[in-house]
Amino acid sequence: MEYILGIFILSAINLVAVLGLSVLTGFTGLFSFGHAGFMAVGAYVSAIVTARCGLPFGWFNYVIGILAGGLAAGVVSVGIGRLTLKLKGDYFCIATMGFGEAIRLLLNNWKWVGGARGWESIPIYDGLAKIIPFVIAAAAVVFSWNLINSRQGRNMVAVREEELAAQMAGINVMRTKMVALVASAILAGAAGALLANYIGFIAPKTFNMVKSTELTIIVIFGGLGSISGSVIGAVLLTILPELFRAFSEWRLVFYGLAVIVIMVGRPKGLIGGQELTPTGIRKMLAAGKAKREFAKASREGGGR
Amino acid sequence: MSQFLQQLINGISIGSIYALMAVGYSLVYSIMNFSNFAHGSVIMLGAYLGYFGMTLLGLPFGLAFLFAALGAGLIAIALERLAYKPLRQRNAPFLYFIITAMGASIFIDNFVIATIGPTPKMYPAIFAQGPIVLGELAVGRIDLAMFVISAVCLLALIFFIDFTKMGKAIQATAYNMKASALMGINPSFVIIVVFGIGGALAGVAGVLYGMKYQVFPQIGAITLKSFIAAVFGGLGSLPGALLGALLLGLIETLVSGYLSTQYRDLIAFLILIAMLVVRPTGIMGKNAEDKA
Repeated sequence: MEYILGIFILSAINLVAVLGLSVLTGFTGLFSFGHAGFMAVGAYVSAIVTARCGLPFGWFNYVIGILAGGLAAGVVSVGIGRLTLKLKGDYFCIATMGFGEAIRLLLNNWKWVGGARGWESIPIYDGLAKIIPFVIAAAAVVFSWNLINSRQGRNMVAVREEELAAQMAGINVMRTKMVALVASAILAGAAGALLANYIGFIAPKTFNMVKSTELTIIVIFGGLGSISGSVIGAVLLTILPELFRAFSEWRLVFYGLAVIVIMVGRPKGLIGGQELTPTGIRKMLAAGKAKREFAKASREGGGR
Repeated sequence: MSQFLQQLINGISIGSIYALMAVGYSLVYSIMNFSNFAHGSVIMLGAYLGYFGMTLLGLPFGLAFLFAALGAGLIAIALERLAYKPLRQRNAPFLYFIITAMGASIFIDNFVIATIGPTPKMYPAIFAQGPIVLGELAVGRIDLAMFVISAVCLLALIFFIDFTKMGKAIQATAYNMKASALMGINPSFVIIVVFGIGGALAGVAGVLYGMKYQVFPQIGAITLKSFIAAVFGGLGSLPGALLGALLLGLIETLVSGYLSTQYRDLIAFLILIAMLVVRPTGIMGKNAEDKA
């Protein structure tokens, strides 16, 4: 039971980070290689808050840690965004990669937080506090859902589709990208904080590039531009590896292969660009029906 | 002074390896306009090919090099055919190319971990132990070989690009793929050649790097350095990649020599970020403004 609860808690934590990346990559079209860096900032800040500051609030320390972690990642992302958001395409990817790695290497050399060996004995909160990851995950879903369906969200999609046209239509591209990056970093930071206080041990190498790419893989698997896809992707890709523990060294082999196959064969992933809401499902069914009818009509008409 | 000269020699030797990696990456970028993040995995496979060529097949040193270069070149071409070509034909957004490259890199690296295993392997000793001593300076034999072999490969590449018909075709395609296709250059063939050359150079770089250190599945992470070098010199520019790689090698050895090895990578990434902020096109890169 403890084990199963643990898997669900990990899914919830992954979900928070994946939603952050989904907003950035899936909806705004910015590809970040350094998201683990934001998670690292959140994790270390939360660890400092909960382990070093001597706060007297019991499990509420946890909440403060998460808020502080998310906030810190957000602040860092504003600085990074200022420097990198004007870069296009590959340059942005490489710049985020540089920042992610730089954050990791800085932590490696910072002895006060354990350096490269990592930091043990971060407070773990038991009892009712086990609910907190689920509460945060639910809040993250609501937050990103509202963000995507706001004016800001529509601007993000416009920027993703055609930056120049979006700019011509009066959208402040820089501001839109910045909001996406900061929202994304806050979620990643909160996820890092949750992780630190769930496992009780963090090391810089937990937040390396492989972690960043794993998050991206989950977003792609679920489908670019879909919140429900990211939710399903995060839960599935946390639970499935647990079921196939015996093949754990093949996990990333399949992930890599899956990414290539998805990109080549079905770029929208599981349910890219669609949502599992009543309206969304109706739309999906209608589209499927229209497609079948079109195929039927073109088969019948092909005889001419 | 002699310590400085010594660092200079070490820096040029490691820089020449970065250059071998960076030109392959830069060549592909100049034609396809996307970062082939799977380049590091090809380097890693080259290192393994050279290792198995020497140990399992018992090839002599020179042949093992050719074997690794050919094998890595073919792998790079296969990667292009299987993963990138379908995207190209569909005119997929550039984001898809990067994601696919990342997927390919994860796939290859972890496939090697799952099959060959993560334990590092040592190349058989090829050169006599002990450095060549010139007065107060000591040059490692492997370092010297790294420099000489890289320099020969790079000179051959420069000759190929500048003085052969195929090289001119590559330049034309890099300048404008559509227009050069209208002039009768087959872009698909140019892309195969570019991936083949990039892969072959990656194979050579992998063998040299494996000889100097060890062979292990994460060896490809060293290409992060070649990305930095390529961005530093200017993405898509061959002379830029060369210059960037040599400068990066020098800066790295000077930092580890005079400051601390721990800060070496950090400073490399800070240089990358500073360069991207101040001058994203690098020292001699082409203008990236129209690249949305």
